[in-house]
Order: sequence, then C-alpha cells, then structure tokens
Amino acid sequence: MSNGDGAQELLLSPYRVLDLTGQGGLLCGKILADLGADVIQVEPPGGSAARNIGPFYQDDVHPEKSLFWWSYAANKRSITLNLETADGRDLLKRLVKSAHFLIESFPPGYMDGLSLGYTGLEAINPELVMVSITPFGSDGPYARWKAPDIVGMALGGFMYLTGDSDRPPLRVSIPHFHLHGAAAGAAGAMIAHTHRAITGEGQHVDVSCQQAVAKTLAHAPQSWDLEGVILKRMGVFRQTSGDSIIRTCWPCKDGYINYVLQGGSSGVAASTRTLLAWMDEEDMGDEFLNDVNWEELGYGQVRSEIMEKGVAPLIRFFATHTRQELVAASVERRILLFPVATQQDILDHPQLKARDYFQQLHHPELDTTVNYPGLFVKDRHGERMSLRRRPPLIGEHNREIYQDELGLTLEQVTILKESGAI
Amino acid sequence: MNKKPLEGIKVLDFCWVAVGPMTTRYLAEYGATVIRVESGKRPETLRRAAPFKDGISGINRSGYFASYNPNKYGITIDMSHARAKELVLRLVSWANLVTENFTPGTMERWGLGYEDLQAINPAIVMYSTSMLGRGGPMERQPGFGPVLSSLAGLTHITGWPDRDPVNPYGAYTDFIGPRFAVASILAALDYQRRTGKGLHLDMSQLETSLHFTAPFILDCSVNGREQGRKGNRDPGAAPHGAYPCRGEDRWIAIACQTDQEWQALLELISPVDWDEDRSQQASTLVGRKTVEEDLDKMIADWTVDQDPQELMRTLQDAGVPAGVVNDCRDLFQDPQLTHREHFKYLDHAEIGPYPSDQSEFDLSKTPGSLDTPAPLLGEHTEYALKELVGLSEDEYRSFEDDGVLE
Repeated sequence: MSNGDGAQELLLSPYRVLDLTGQGGLLCGKILADLGADVIQVEPPGGSAARNIGPFYQDDVHPEKSLFWWSYAANKRSITLNLETADGRDLLKRLVKSAHFLIESFPPGYMDGLSLGYTGLEAINPELVMVSITPFGSDGPYARWKAPDIVGMALGGFMYLTGDSDRPPLRVSIPHFHLHGAAAGAAGAMIAHTHRAITGEGQHVDVSCQQAVAKTLAHAPQSWDLEGVILKRMGVFRQTSGDSIIRTCWPCKDGYINYVLQGGSSGVAASTRTLLAWMDEEDMGDEFLNDVNWEELGYGQVRSEIMEKGVAPLIRFFATHTRQELVAASVERRILLFPVATQQDILDHPQLKARDYFQQLHHPELDTTVNYPGLFVKDRHGERMSLRRRPPLIGEHNREIYQDELGLTLEQVTILKESGAI
Repeated sequence: MNKKPLEGIKVLDFCWVAVGPMTTRYLAEYGATVIRVESGKRPETLRRAAPFKDGISGINRSGYFASYNPNKYGITIDMSHARAKELVLRLVSWANLVTENFTPGTMERWGLGYEDLQAINPAIVMYSTSMLGRGGPMERQPGFGPVLSSLAGLTHITGWPDRDPVNPYGAYTDFIGPRFAVASILAALDYQRRTGKGLHLDMSQLETSLHFTAPFILDCSVNGREQGRKGNRDPGAAPHGAYPCRGEDRWIAIACQTDQEWQALLELISPVDWDEDRSQQASTLVGRKTVEEDLDKMIADWTVDQDPQELMRTLQDAGVPAGVVNDCRDLFQDPQLTHREHFKYLDHAEIGPYPSDQSEFDLSKTPGSLDTPAPLLGEHTEYALKELVGLSEDEYRSFEDDGVLE
C-alpha cells in the first residue's frame, strides 16, 4: 500500500520524516506516521538494534520478529544506511533535501561529529525540523551520562513515588523513560512544524526524557514547593498531600480492581455515595463512611482518619464480588471503578471492540495477520489518520528510495551494498 | 525577538482537571491565545485540590491548578444559562480550535456538539478527549487517570511479583495523553490551514495509553503470554535495581547492560570475598542473571553507607549507568533540571511565586515560555470577551446583566 491515491487525505500526508532513532525514539516517528506522514526509518545495515528487543513473534528470537519493533515501527518504511561511511552520509544528505523532519536519538554530539548536526543539516535544508531525543537534552552536566530506563525513571522523580513503602522504589515493568521523551518529541516537532509551515524556517527541537518524566508527577513538585511536603510512595495507597492518603488498588474475589475512595466535584462524591448505597443494599454498609461529608471534601482531601476506618468495610465488600461483577455494576451505576486489567482483559475489552480499536495488519512474509493496538486518536469518520503498513523488513524499501526516487543505478546500489554503505 | 511559533492560533478551551489543561498549557506556552472557560458556581476539581500555598485552601490558591494553567486567559460562563450557547458560539466564531474533556455527550447537551460549532465556523477543529472515547457501550463511564491506569494494563505490570500490584504514581495516563494530543491537534490545524476544512478529533485516553504497553499486548495477542509485574527486574540487564544509600529513604538506581559496565562496577566495589568461581559466573549476562539476588545483596551492602549524589557521579564517571532516585525536593536541586530551567516560577496574586514545569523540549529558534500565572477565577472575563473576541460594550453588559457570566 502506498500513499499514492490518497496522498492528501491524511492529516500529515504531504510530509516526509527521516527517522534515525533507535530504541529510545521510535515512538516519535510512529506518532507522525499514524497521523499520515511518510516516515522512513533509517537503519544501520543489518537492522536497528531495537529489533533485538523481545518479546518475539512465536518466541522466535529474530530481528524481523521483535514485538517491540513491531509496536513502534508499524506504518514506517525502512532503508538501510551506514552513517559511518562517506557514501552513507552523502545519501542521507540527499534525502534531507526533500525531507520535512529528521528525528534522531544518538548520544549528544554524535551527529555533530559526522557533520550532520543541526548546523550541517540546516545548510542543506533550511526548512528542516530536526528533533533530538536524548535522556537529558543535548547539553548540561548529565548530557553525556548513560541513562537506561531505570536510571531515567529514578532521576525523573517517578520511582521515588511508586512502589511499596517498605521496599525499594519501583519502575513500571516495561520501559517508559524514552517513550515519554519520544512522545514529547512528536509534540515539539509539530510545534516547530507549525512555525515552519507559516514562515519557511526550520529549527532544532531538543528533547529531555528526564524532563518528560518529571512532568508526569502531578502536583508532587508543587507539594514540596508550596507546602514543604515530600510525597512518598505508599503501595496500594496514594499520598495526595501532607495529611491525606487515598487507596487505589483493592483485592476482590478473583483479582484486583482500582477504586479511589474520595469526595469532591466532578462526580466523585456521587460515585462514592453510589458505592456506599450499594453496600447498604447488600447489608454491608458502614455508618462511619455514610456519615462522611463527601460532597464537601476537595479532590484528594481524604484525611488519614477516614482511610483508617474506611478501608476495612470496603475490603470486606469487594471480597464478596468478582472483578466482573464489580466492573459491570460500576458501568450500570456509574461508579469510578476499573479493573486492574491484564493484557488479555485489554484484548477482550468490550469498549475497545466496539470502537474497532485493534487493527489487523497482514504480514505476508509470515503468511499471517496480526492484531495491532490501533490509533491513538481518531477523527469522527476515521479518515484522516490510519494504520496502513505492517512494520518494514530490514531495508525493505531500499529500491523504492535509492533507485526509484534518488535515481541511483543498480550498479551504484550494488557498490553501496558491497561496501557496507547501505 | 522571534515570534512564538503558535501565535495566531486561537483556542476556546473547555478542558479541566489534568489531561486537557496540560495539553493546552503546551499551546499557551508556545504562543497560542487560550481562553479557558470555567464555571464560577462549580469551580473545577483542581481548584479545590492540594497543595495550597501555606496549606490554606481557597479557590485561587491551589498549586495543582496553577501549575497546569499559566499563560491562559480565564473566563467564567454559567453553562446552564439560556444565553450561554449564544455567547459560546460567538467565541467559536473567533476560535480556530475548541478543546474539551467532558464526559461524551456533555457538549451536545448544551447544543454545542461538533455540528453546532461547524454551523458557525465550518473550519473549526474540535478536540475531544475522554476516558474511553466517544461511542461504544462505556463512553459515559466516569473515570480519571488514577483508575484508568489500571484499565490500561499499567497497574498490572507495576509492583513486586510477591505483592499486590500498585499504581504508577499519580494520574499516570493523564500525563501520557497530552503529547499525543498536541501532535494530533497541530496536525489537524495544519490540515485546516491547507484545506480550509475542519475536523473533530476524538481521543480515548485508554487507547492512547495502550501505546505505552504495546509490546506486551502484542505478546498476548500473538503468543498468548500474560506479562506480569517484575519488581525492578529487566530481561536485558543485570544487576538492575534501586539500592539503598546513606540517609532516610535514599536510593540509587544502577543498571548494567553490558559486560564492560559490570566490570567497571565490580572494580569499584572490589568485593573482598569474591572468589574465582563467582567471578567466572558473573562475567556474562546470562551468568549474572542466575545470581541476580546475590549481586543485589552485594551491591546494596556497598551502597548503603554512601552518599547517593557522590556515588552517582563516581559510577557515571566510571561508565556505569546510575541515577539518584530523586524525590520532589531533589528535583528542584537537580543540576541537569536546573540547567534546563525545568521549573519556571510565576508570581501569582494569591499564591505568590510558584513553580510550573516548562516544556521538556527546547526549540532553537522559537522557544516557548511561561510568562503569566494561572488565572484567578473569572479574572479575564471582561478583558477576553471585549479585547480578544471583540464584544461591544453593550453586548458584554447584556451578557453580564443577564447573569451569563456568573
């Protein structure tokens, strides 16, 4: 499938992205690709190192079967290109001439060292928007430091607030540090694009993953600055201010659910009242909880006294119901309660099914069809963004790009291949 | 000085709580004119949420609200008033973009669904985001980030394998959405500019957040495997964890992905009881994986009496990936965040100076900036309606006298 006939139909159809990122930046180009851009993943010969990240399709550890790669490379095309060779750099420069965006996630200074930093690329194409996604941004005291996921989630302030209070701080069991930065890269790219579209002036967008994580901490930094409170991790509870904690995760008969016992506006007090009324109906009501003035409580303003007395009755109640019963009742009665979903729960979720979220992409090379997580945004008629290409094989589009588009001869391409440039 | 990149974009912003206001904060930071509509009778949730300056609550004193709403104009409209629709449509004819994150159906109930807006302004872009998206059996299910993180599968993969799952901190999915949202909104405005056509964007916070666990969903979909919580373990690194340091609740994260990193760490630790056999076993990643608990213990014994900041620098200088587990006080002193000017202090009439997070990207030619504090409730009602939207004095008085402006 090409962008051919429908070229102007998707939001970003007119634009081309050169995506030089590895593991740490793939999501950025994926976001632009889903919005319709023509994203060309530029891989080193032999394929991106991100193809080595598991899990793998049918547990076959193979660079064309990495589910990490599939997740963040779908909708892209792939060419191979060796930046360490003069021929490779020359090809990249030729591609930069007609590109709108270039995204990279090399260590700071690497591209400059190849004369492919922003100054070098700007000279070739002044309209180019270049996005660099690095752990800490391109300069500063930590800029050259190593930051795999857990180091970044620690320095970003996330881990201190997550996990049980009697054990070490925790990360999520799937890397998120670079994903936050990569998604931010897409936002920054589009802000720079807006300026370029109007003025014709390109620029460099320099993303810090550490800052991206620090922005996920809700009001915790402000709590320190305004109230002098260092919020702590409290396991299944969440500390919302100095003297207020709320419980979020609860066991039930056959698993876990998430219900936040609190009051305040935005329907939260109403949700709490509804749950308490349901408990009354089943003769499991609690006088103390019923007497709390939920309507007057602010968001996250549940004093620890309420939590101390309120947790036990709720635990007793939830223990008498299955996850399915609780979830069904929460929809019917409009209670703020969701299951702690497993991956299978997500695949089976009725709302996702009703919205046709999961989308099938055919993998002819495997003679199979795979169910992919779908679009992160839709328009009313689902026409202006799309999931349209399975993730590319290594260098799958070399011919399309190098021969058909740049006009290299078969002889030249063969030389480039044999010399290790592509 | 260069103009800000989003100058000229006019946003009528009905967003509230976290995900929406974080999205429009980016737009306002980079120069869009954002008029935020609030209710005076039912002030939005975050206006009543801690932290408050000096712990004293008040409708204009929440640091939570203030941090998400700098650079915006604040107006109040009584949306239940008979003339509210008339006023809002007037604002719609001014705007390029309308944003909202109410429960689906709310705007329609006010007669302000996308078709209503388009009748006034055919090229209008509307951005709607909700927990579970529009349509489907659960579109009206109430929720917010802390509970949605669980439906998005993130709670299930956060925690220790021998304990109950825990939530990733805060309203986590609220903070995943905004970057996708900004990219989508600006793509739609680009389409508007090129084609003169409008568009209604519909973002389900659940569907967006699933991109943060996509490899595990695919694993379940194609291999039938359920992935669970693994503490701080990582399949591609050992050792890999958070280790105690000197002081109360002080920790350092250390991860060795390569043999070189491990050898450098081992050299620094120089364990006295380290025999040839163990050395041999730990020389490969596969080997280290089999003795990971022993390694954790050895490293913790070594880190526990050390200052986390000094240790981090020592380890990084030796090429070992390491980072202090920053608490929220540390963030304000972190040399890198300070270098990047992560927190910008704004002077608020009731709160005084307070910090808001600047964007995590720097634009080399047209930087953004946070310039004005979050609005007091209704602070700009008169200014925005008259000076920005262009209501005449008589029109403004008529809405005011009728009680539309609360």
